[in-house]
Amino acid sequence: MSLDSSLAIEGKSPAQLAWIRFKKDKVAIVALVFSTIIVTLALFAPWVCALLKIDPYSLDNTTLDSVGIPNSPFGGMSRAHPLGVEPGTGRDILARLIYGARTSLTVALIATFFTTLLGVILGIWAGYKRGIVDGIIGRTIDLLLAFPSLLLIISLAPVMQPRLVSMGFPEGNPARMTYIILILTLFGWTYIARVMRGQALSLREREFVAAAQASGAKTSYMIFKEILPNLWAPIIVYASLTVPGYIAIEATFSFLGLGVVAPTASWGGMLADSIRYFRSDPAYLFIPGTALFLLVLAFNLVGDGLRDALDPKGERAQKV
Amino acid sequence: MARFVVRRLAFMIFLLAIVSIATFLLFSVLPVDPASLSCGQHCTPEKIAANRIRLGYDQPLINQYFTFMKGIFAGRSYGEGAQAFSCPAPSFGYSYYRGQCVTEMITNALPATISLTIGSAIIWLTMGIGLGVISAMNKGKIQDRVSTGLAIFGLSMPTFFIGLLLIYVFIIWLQIFPFPSYTHFLDNPFKWAQALVLPWFTVAIVSAALYTRLTRDGMLETMSEDYVRLAIAKGLPRRKVLVRYVLRGAITPIVTIAGLDIAVLLGGAIITESVFGLPGMGRLALNSVTDSDLPVIVGITLITAFFVVVANALVDILYASLDPRVRLES
Repeated sequence: MSLDSSLAIEGKSPAQLAWIRFKKDKVAIVALVFSTIIVTLALFAPWVCALLKIDPYSLDNTTLDSVGIPNSPFGGMSRAHPLGVEPGTGRDILARLIYGARTSLTVALIATFFTTLLGVILGIWAGYKRGIVDGIIGRTIDLLLAFPSLLLIISLAPVMQPRLVSMGFPEGNPARMTYIILILTLFGWTYIARVMRGQALSLREREFVAAAQASGAKTSYMIFKEILPNLWAPIIVYASLTVPGYIAIEATFSFLGLGVVAPTASWGGMLADSIRYFRSDPAYLFIPGTALFLLVLAFNLVGDGLRDALDPKGERAQKV
Repeated sequence: MARFVVRRLAFMIFLLAIVSIATFLLFSVLPVDPASLSCGQHCTPEKIAANRIRLGYDQPLINQYFTFMKGIFAGRSYGEGAQAFSCPAPSFGYSYYRGQCVTEMITNALPATISLTIGSAIIWLTMGIGLGVISAMNKGKIQDRVSTGLAIFGLSMPTFFIGLLLIYVFIIWLQIFPFPSYTHFLDNPFKWAQALVLPWFTVAIVSAALYTRLTRDGMLETMSEDYVRLAIAKGLPRRKVLVRYVLRGAITPIVTIAGLDIAVLLGGAIITESVFGLPGMGRLALNSVTDSDLPVIVGITLITAFFVVVANALVDILYASLDPRVRLES
């Protein structure tokens, strides 16, 4: 290797550096590929199902015995039904999983977007302005943390969903999904807001902030153009770690009967149904459950990989 | 220190007042009429109206609020003459649906929830902190990989799925346990534990995962502090450095979060309790939602908020007494 080539330093953007670090993390790459596949399947659900000749709604009695239990082993797996059929109805599980992923990912991704948006803006605002704004936002967070959020979500659902309908949201599942998204945002923004506040508190003491202030920048300019661009790394990390949590919560809601309702497919709904078939058809518990676990795991691993790639600080700890 | 404690307690009381007002306002939007729920089969509009007056729901919201708050401290009586009855202090109202004082229903549900909370907290703190310490001490080695792997595994299992899996594996498949029927600890400690083992682990697995991460990250961060470097430099034994310096420095934020998690759990583990059919606060809450039993929902919300706010204040005070920087900052 010649002397100049080893000395030539190639300029790399922080994003490129992060991507190079991310690529080294094999687990994260596998997880990224897996989650991308699931997202793609969910996005193109009608075409995928047509291609596989499966349908989430059509009932198939031929696969069930007289008491409604799949008549072949492993929950009725066959060439026609790759992951078996639902006991009782004979609907195809793979198709229902693909359509269920649609609901689950829609709720999780939209809710993550609004949670992050609200948390980032309020957090930076509080940390940058301090004083009374900080006080109000801080006390609101204290208040929200004091409430048993799951209980409130459950008990307000029967009231708030009709209200959303009267506000113009389509009745049924869209209103139910909107409610979940709204309430997750309402209770979810506090965590990222506290992280952002801490970051903004230290950034506001830096020279470039003082310079912008001296040239007469308004608060909105300071928040969005001066402070926010420095915080993309933690924002991406926290947003990516919010998604798996929300996927799990959405499944929990539909497990409790608060999410989308049949015939629309939902992962939590299938698991709630599976309780009745514990003894006769355990595959109905394991297949949707494993799917849910793998999807949450994949998103968690991607988030972890991003955290390691974007925040190399962790490497510096000394050995004891 | 005394000034900090007084200020923190004053803020706690302020927050409790705000929480109670917010709860009252929030639930006043529910289109539930406790007066008609209590009426039974042979109901007439007159009866409902009479009930409403007896329960105080005819009053303006602000009066209802003050009567309710007074009831918490002084107890509350309903109705007049022969039909009068009362709920002694602390009274959180009366459930006509069940014909019971809310406080009594909550007191009946608390033992199961407290048993669940204490047992699972012991398991998750031991497992979580233990794995975290092992992981941090062996950073990058196989022990670290296994611990962090287990943690992410636990974090990715939704609570209700863990519960269902444990029921399937241990009750239906291996038949190690009978289907849980909760027994009071004093009646039969063995049956009590038998009914609670699976719920304990259900709650503990998710939380332990979180604590493993917190402990590991906290310890690794403390290891890069100057005072740890000094301790190593002056030749203290490795074990002593880890326990006295690193773990001690890393444990404070964990105690803070543990205090809050335990307080939240005392308000009832809705998912775990309903999956296992434990007669605790969480199941009471879920049943009350199904029955539209408004007074009970309000009562449980307030009690849970009370646990969280008080735990928060206690943890802050504890923290301040351990770390003088906290006092000076605020």
